[in-house]
This record gives sequence, structure tokens and C-alpha cells, in this order.
Amino acid sequence: MSSATTSLPGNAAALPWYSRIVGARTQKELREATFGYVFLIPWLLGLIIFVVGPIIACLYFSFTNFEGVGTPQFVGLANYVKAFTGDDLFWPSLLRTFEYAVLVVPIGLLGSLVLAVMLNRAVKGISFFRTFFFIPTLTPPVALAILWVWLFHPSVGPINLALKWVGIVGPDWLQSPQWALPAIIIINLWGSVGGNTMIIFLAGLQGVPQEMMEAAEIDGAGRWAKFRHITLPMISPTFLFNLILGIIGALKVFTTAFVATQGGPQYATWFFALHIYQQAFSYFRMGYGSALSWLFVVVLIAFTYFQLVLSRRWVYYGGEG
Amino acid sequence: MAATEQTISVNAPSITRTGSSSLTISSVVWFVVLVIVSVIFIFPFFWTLTSSLKQPYEIFNFPPTLFPAVPQWQNYATVFRIAPFFQWILNSIFVVVAGTLGVVLSSSIVAYSFARFRYRGRELIFVITLGTMMIPAQITLIPQYVLYTHMGWINTLYPLWVPFWFGGGAFYIFLLRQFFMTIPRELDEAALMDGAGYFRIFWNILLPLCIPALATVMIISFIGSWGDFLGPLIYLNSPDKFTVAMGLYFFQNNPDLGGAPTQQLLMAASVVTVIPCLILFFFAQRYFIQGVVLSGIKG
Repeated sequence: MSSATTSLPGNAAALPWYSRIVGARTQKELREATFGYVFLIPWLLGLIIFVVGPIIACLYFSFTNFEGVGTPQFVGLANYVKAFTGDDLFWPSLLRTFEYAVLVVPIGLLGSLVLAVMLNRAVKGISFFRTFFFIPTLTPPVALAILWVWLFHPSVGPINLALKWVGIVGPDWLQSPQWALPAIIIINLWGSVGGNTMIIFLAGLQGVPQEMMEAAEIDGAGRWAKFRHITLPMISPTFLFNLILGIIGALKVFTTAFVATQGGPQYATWFFALHIYQQAFSYFRMGYGSALSWLFVVVLIAFTYFQLVLSRRWVYYGGEG
Repeated sequence: MAATEQTISVNAPSITRTGSSSLTISSVVWFVVLVIVSVIFIFPFFWTLTSSLKQPYEIFNFPPTLFPAVPQWQNYATVFRIAPFFQWILNSIFVVVAGTLGVVLSSSIVAYSFARFRYRGRELIFVITLGTMMIPAQITLIPQYVLYTHMGWINTLYPLWVPFWFGGGAFYIFLLRQFFMTIPRELDEAALMDGAGYFRIFWNILLPLCIPALATVMIISFIGSWGDFLGPLIYLNSPDKFTVAMGLYFFQNNPDLGGAPTQQLLMAASVVTVIPCLILFFFAQRYFIQGVVLSGIKG
């Protein structure tokens, strides 16, 4: 494995021409850089074949009338014009997706944080509780949707039965245009609140320096004061990470709605991802679907950028490497 | 390796020490709250499980009963008889094992490159890598479909696992890179002095130290592949190729599948799709949180 025979340390003249491009000044550095690139190859290929290439191809398709087979014909901005003016479901599906995200992201983040705080204490059987909270995340989303359709059953479902006990006549949930969206929100909250978001919060909480807590205690800080003035600032980077991934995840909502309501009733849960799916893979309007995808990505990037700019006001990066 | 429990309880004494008078009461309250929340998380499964063991007439009784009068274990046998769930499970196992292996091997070596090597363009590529986390799968879906059509991969399992051999994905690379950074560099340098090659350092020294992070990556990848629905929905069209998630959807929407899949059978089928994930998590969970904690993800 050693290249001792060929290496002349410090002899820059003996280095091949490309060593400058990779930023190497000695034989040892060149070797390091070479191996660095070699180990990077799988990801570079993956990035080109499965991410960057498709994004560019998607942009190209969005200006064509591509239908999955045959040669795409260039149609200029027709697909984008159609999205904004000639598609009855474009704005409603976008709006529905925002309504969903606006509710699911804050509730989900808060819920995950509360659960993480609850688990960040010494209680007997903590690993059991952690597993219980995590179980919904382990469930395949299709199964999640199917079992909640059954729980939300208007007449024999346990949810409406429980509501009946407290004197409320439960709605038709997934079969009602008003209640289908809240029902989907409940399903997805249940399926995600104890999952990766909570684990990442838990990791953040474990990283809060204990000395700081003890110092605050000596100064007479109560539990809430400590949480508000030490824990929250210390975990704010974690919060940002979860917030951005949470928004992206929420805007992508697809499977539960597709399986539980098929986007209905009366398009009440017709999210943007369902719209793209239908256009591109049911009607094979791949050109139009690509335009929708691009608009979607622009919205997402705008959201993420906005979050990052706003975050400078509330995220604390001090004290960490 | 019970460090997960340890790290959590390490914090505990200093917290509980403060309110020693209210210690027992507050602990009991805390415990009760945890139990209540757990019930909320568990109840839907419990309901699914008992529903799956009921008889057809029992399942639509009002008010519903908590337990079946006589557990109908044969519901599970019926599910496997009328639908090719066995084939679907085999397909899923193949996709998940092949995909997860690809994720673990390729994302760890890429993370090694990001964490340990100096070369031009590394920071830029790393930033681009993080940026891809923000890109929704939808935008790559249509071109990928076209690509796979040209390669003749439609209605095969390839699209569901081959892409994972190319770095696995930004989140995994990020997580493992963070983990690699926590391992002292002196370890590599000492091995390099002793004449070990870069690959041997990776394989024999660093990877064994990364087991908690690798287990985390493995679990997340396993759950993702096993539950993936959009991929199979788009790429697979004949039932003998389906994965369990797709099969379950197919089962739900095809009441003529050799016998009506009534509600109790649908519930039994759902239970079948969940169990492998539960088993995996049961064995790997002690590494799981530790892996995230030690990698120091702070955003």
C-alpha cells in the first residue's frame, strides 16, 4: 500500500501537472487528495446521475410537451402559463399543502420537543417509553393510513366512540370535506412526532452543558428559567435543523393522503404532490408535471432561504465547535 | 454498549437533586404522563391487532369490543393464502437488504473522504451535498422515470435499490461525517505511520468505531426502504414484483383478490407489514439514539 518508492517528499518539481489543480504541494498531499477523490467517486456519480442531471432534465422537460414516450416538442412557457391560468387544481392544491404545513410543522416540532424533554429525565423504563414513541415512525406509511382509516371509521371507530362518551357527535373525518384535512394532519403527526425529529432534539438536549445548568441553579434559577434561558438557546441550531427538514417533509406530503382519501373528498386533501403525481404518472403529461415540480422546488427553496435569513435572529451558535 | 441509557441517566442526578423534597411526587407525575402519552402512541396498534383477530360479523358490531370473542388466528393464514404476501415480503427483504447495504458502504466511504482528506473543492461539494437535502424527491422523479425507462428498469426492482449504492444520500453522509470528525485524527496518523493504507484505516480502524452511527443509518435506511410507497407505485406494475407497502395498497384496493379482503384481513395484512420493522428496531435501538447523540448533529 505504501508508495515510498515513488515519493520524493518536498520535491515539488517531481509532482505531476494536475497536483496544482487538486491543491497538493507535496507527494504526500497529492496522495491524500487522490484518495479523497477516489472515495468520493460514488457520491459524485450519484450526484450527477440522480440529482443534478435529473434537475436539469426536469427543467428541460418543463418547456416541452413530453409525454413519456417519443420526442419532446418545445412549447416555450406554455406549461407554466397553464399552471397559473389554466389548471383548476393548481392553486387549490398549493393552498391545501400550505394549510397542511402551517398546522403540522409547529405542532409537530413542539410535540417532538416536549417528548424529547420528557425523555431527557431519569425515569424507570425510559428505553421502553422511547420505543413506544418511536413505533409509529417504524410503521410503513401505507399501513399507517390504512389503520387510521379504520380508527376514524365514523360509526364503529374508537375515536368517534370516545367522542360519544364525552357527549360529542364525531364528524365523518376522512369522508367529510371539512374534517379530512385535520384527520390527515392527525395521522401524520402521530406518525412522526416521536420519530427522528424527537431523536434529534434529544441529541441536542444531551449536548446542553451540565455545568451551565448547575451554575444557573446556584444563581437560583427555576426549572422554567433554566429551560427558557439555557436549554432553548443551546438547542436553537437543532431547532433550525428540524424546522427546515420539517417544512420540506410537510410540503412533500403524499402517501397518507393518497392511500387514505385519494385526495378527496371533493379535493379536500388534494396536495401538490398528488397533483404532480396525477399529471405525470396517471395522465403521462410529463412536460407539465416537470413544470409543476420546478415551481414546487422554487417555492421550497424560497421557504428555506427565508428560514435561514430569519434564523440569524434566533439561532445561537456560540459555545460549539 | 448500554451507553444510551447511561448518557441519559448521567444528566438525571443533577436535575433530581435540586428538588429533593418533591422528588418522588414529581417523578411519579412524570411517569404517569409518560404512560398516558405511550398509550396514545400504542393504542392504534392495539386496535389494529385486536381488529385483525376478530370475525367478520364481530368487527362491525356496535359498540365495538376491545377484544375478539375468540381470537381468529387463521385470519393471518387467510391473508397469506389469498394474496402473495410471501412473495411481496421476499421482494421487500431483497430491496431493503440490497439498498441498505449500499447506503451503509457507500455513504460511509464518502463521509470518510469528507471528514479526513484535504483536496480542492471539498468544501464546495460538501455544501452542495447538504443542499440536496432541501430538494424534494418530486423534482428528480420524472427524469429518473425516463432514465429507468431507457434502461429497461421499469417493472424491475433495480430502481428501488441501485441508486443507494451511489453515496446513499446527503443525510447519511452528513451524519457519518459528523461521527468521523469525533474520532481523533491521531488514530489515522499512527496507522499511516505503521504503513496502513487509507482503505485499511477506513475498514479496520474507523468503521468498527462507527458502529452506533452505522446502526443509526441502517435503521433509518431500512425503515425508509421498507415503507417506501412512491417508488414502487411508479416503477412497479405487475403484482409479482410488488414490495409489501405496494402489496398492501394493492390488497386494499382489490376486493376481488381471490376472496374479499374484509376489514379484519386488511388489519392482519397491516400488522404483517409492521412486524419486521419492530423486530429490527428492538435489536438495534440501543445503538440508535447513541449514534445520533455522538454524531453531534446540532444543525
